[in-house]
Amino acid sequence: MQITFELNNETVCLDVDPLRPLLDVLREELGLTGTKRGCGEGECGACAVLVNDRLVNSCLLPVGAVVHGRVMTIEGFRQTGAYQRLAEAFTEAGAVQCGFCTPGMILAAAALLRRNSQPDETEIRAALAGNLCRCTGLNMIVEAVQLAARRGGAPW
Amino acid sequence: MKPPEHTATPGNDIADPVARPDAAAKCAGTARYLADLAVPGMLHARTVRSTRPRARITSRRLPPLPAGFFVVEARDIPGRNRIRMLDDDWPFFAEDIVNHIGEPILLVVGPEAEATAMIASRVIIEYEDLPPILSLDDALAGLAPPLYGEDNCFAEYSFHKGDLPQARRAARQMVKDGFSTGFQEHLYLEPQGVLAVPEAGRLTVYGSMQCPYYVKKAVEQAVGEGRHHVRIVQTVTGGAFGGKEDYPSLLAGQAAVAALKSGRPVRLVLDRTEDIAATTKRHPSRIDFTTFLDENDDLLGMDVDILLDGGAYSGLSSVVLQRAMFAASGVYRVPHLHVHGRVLATNQVPAGAFRGFGAPQAFFAIEMHLENIALRLGLDPLEYKLRHALRRGDRTCTDGLVRGAVRLPEMATRLCEAAGYPAKQAAYTAGQGRYRRGIGLSLCYHGCGFTGQGEELIQGTIALHKRADDAVEIRVAATEMGQGAQTVLPKIVAHSLGIPLDQIHYENPDTDIVPDSGPTVASRTTMIVGGLLREAALDLKRHWQSGRVMDIRRTYHHPPHIHWDQEHFRGDAYPEYAWGVNVVEVEVDLLTGLVRVIKIWAQFDVGAPMDERTLRGQMEGGIAQGLGYALWEKLEVDDGRVQQQRIRDYTIPTFMDMPPVESGSVYNPYEFGPFGAKGAGELTLVGVAPAVAAAVQQAIGCPVDMIPVTPEMILRRIRNRKHAKPDSEIPPESSPRSRSRADT
Repeated sequence: MQITFELNNETVCLDVDPLRPLLDVLREELGLTGTKRGCGEGECGACAVLVNDRLVNSCLLPVGAVVHGRVMTIEGFRQTGAYQRLAEAFTEAGAVQCGFCTPGMILAAAALLRRNSQPDETEIRAALAGNLCRCTGLNMIVEAVQLAARRGGAPW
Repeated sequence: MKPPEHTATPGNDIADPVARPDAAAKCAGTARYLADLAVPGMLHARTVRSTRPRARITSRRLPPLPAGFFVVEARDIPGRNRIRMLDDDWPFFAEDIVNHIGEPILLVVGPEAEATAMIASRVIIEYEDLPPILSLDDALAGLAPPLYGEDNCFAEYSFHKGDLPQARRAARQMVKDGFSTGFQEHLYLEPQGVLAVPEAGRLTVYGSMQCPYYVKKAVEQAVGEGRHHVRIVQTVTGGAFGGKEDYPSLLAGQAAVAALKSGRPVRLVLDRTEDIAATTKRHPSRIDFTTFLDENDDLLGMDVDILLDGGAYSGLSSVVLQRAMFAASGVYRVPHLHVHGRVLATNQVPAGAFRGFGAPQAFFAIEMHLENIALRLGLDPLEYKLRHALRRGDRTCTDGLVRGAVRLPEMATRLCEAAGYPAKQAAYTAGQGRYRRGIGLSLCYHGCGFTGQGEELIQGTIALHKRADDAVEIRVAATEMGQGAQTVLPKIVAHSLGIPLDQIHYENPDTDIVPDSGPTVASRTTMIVGGLLREAALDLKRHWQSGRVMDIRRTYHHPPHIHWDQEHFRGDAYPEYAWGVNVVEVEVDLLTGLVRVIKIWAQFDVGAPMDERTLRGQMEGGIAQGLGYALWEKLEVDDGRVQQQRIRDYTIPTFMDMPPVESGSVYNPYEFGPFGAKGAGELTLVGVAPAVAAAVQQAIGCPVDMIPVTPEMILRRIRNRKHAKPDSEIPPESSPRSRSRADT
């Protein structure tokens, strides 16, 4: 089936099974491996992408559900000023260790800051709660998002 | 001999944080993990696993295999069907007998991943069941034929210090206590995976791993020694925590054999469910104490019995047991000591390495035991613990010498002030109402580097390669798995040479390039490997000739004062110790049994931090894993089957669970560590569980003698106290075994 959607600000048209998870299409058909597969069941958030500006676990979403929608993966997001601000904050706050959760975590933070540029700690924790990290102990990631928000000025 | 041209120091203090060299690629999603690699002509492998805990395979029936698909099993192994580890009992593929559910029987390999998985799901294995050993109780009862040797025991040791029978006679009081701990799953975010690529006469295995040379030896054994040039390359590794110390050897051997059979690259990546159900876990334990006190209520003697559940294959169990035994009497001076330990075989998922390596079990037990003794005597636990804590010049449990300063008293005092421990400790004992608070404290150490004779056996070797452009390459087998090796080791070299950090290069290890500096385990990377790098860098600096290619190698030997008798477990079990203090405050809802962690305070002595931010990452991350171990991470094996096979069932701490953590370190340099550094990676997990358990115990006023401390367990304990009679619902292995506070 022909499926058309906007991926990282470009229109893509693919002939794929509409029930294939978006994650598999991104990684295997399109070679976009920045989106990670941690569980394949929507539990870890490593596969998180933005669909119409909302955070989605791409392993659970059939690609047919994004027809005519806007998908942003880390490969597209990293071109933005918002990414630069977040990547700097993640690095400075020690929010990156093994890195496997990091692209999804950065997109989760972006989705939050886009709707709430000055979140409090509780709001940050709630927004990131679907993204697991086994290395950092998590509080340093909260601090990274606080740091990015405090610096402001980014076009979330 | 000329001094280096560049003498600019990369920072005034080595502890000053620098940006992680790997952070940019990890943020941007350009870091290539194993599953991100695809090479032309690559095949996909899927494992067919045992569904029986112990059985003889009577037949296997394959569905029709489309062209290009094939299977790989034990008889395809050209070399030995045994993973090279301490004891070669673990096969790459089951032969006629399976010994645990999830044990690999064969691989289905083919050009499409989905079709491969579909075919694997249709393979039918028929079994003839054999009497299984499904628990430690089964193993102790000895009704089923042994799995290992004649006594079903992977390892059994004991050691003595002083004269325990004499202490028993002289004692004024005897206190008995017993504790148990459960499995723990690593749950690194990146599932395990390898990619084997055959080329003419060569075989390269890429993989997510901690120990490239362990993998190399295992693959060589699988494909036949000397028949192929085996090269191992570590890919960016998405967390490991010990879980990628042993198991990648199995996966690499399997994929290597499949690649040789087909002549094509073969990728084997585990699904999360497979990874949880089939890869190694932290050993469950039972630890019993009989402790003798003198007329001043001081520790006179202690008899400790440790029992570990090793699962189906021996793996690293014997060394895990040794580390648990050398932690059995904790940080305390016990003049007369006997420690006995065993690891038994069961038809369950094999237990293996996990951050702490036996020490978390032992420290949970000894810290709760000391807590219980103090409370029974009506004394403040902190005061009682510090009264017996080791000091410089004391003898360790194995009669080794405590050479460095022990700064536990000031660390504990500082922490208790910050936490308001004394006042809370006094106030919370008399808690009222539905929500009860508790505060707990633990003291711990972690032996840095391999246990016992390990470092001398492995003789880790490192190299520095100076290029003509005066950049310096670090050549070590130590892996970056998130902990920060690629941040810390280059800093050690840059600071030793006095050249900028960006002139130091440290790639993921490739065994064609790097010497065997030993595995990335045992909190040894900074202290041992980093120490060798510093020596080599100082040597390079002395002989530095700009524009010339230079190579320096160094091999580790213990400092001359370290003595160890492996036969009697006597002497310095570790070259040095890192120390920790944890304080945890909790609030327990007596109606639901839910524990809310209010805050954690922690102080560590890791010698000297090599990077403050990296160290904080180790502290916070280790504390989070310790907290999960204490409260939430329950993994049960019933009838040989792992019950929690998904992330939704096995709950690691999330953003909503983590309390504020106030962590810090004291400066206490180790003479033989680089810039004074000791080990830091494991220490931070070790002491959390006992502090949590002590806090919960205080809050609920009932003994906590097992972890994880689940709401169900808390409610059972409260109900037991109310009814003051045995609860028939409690299975024997989880019944209260604490005897010292049975009256509370």
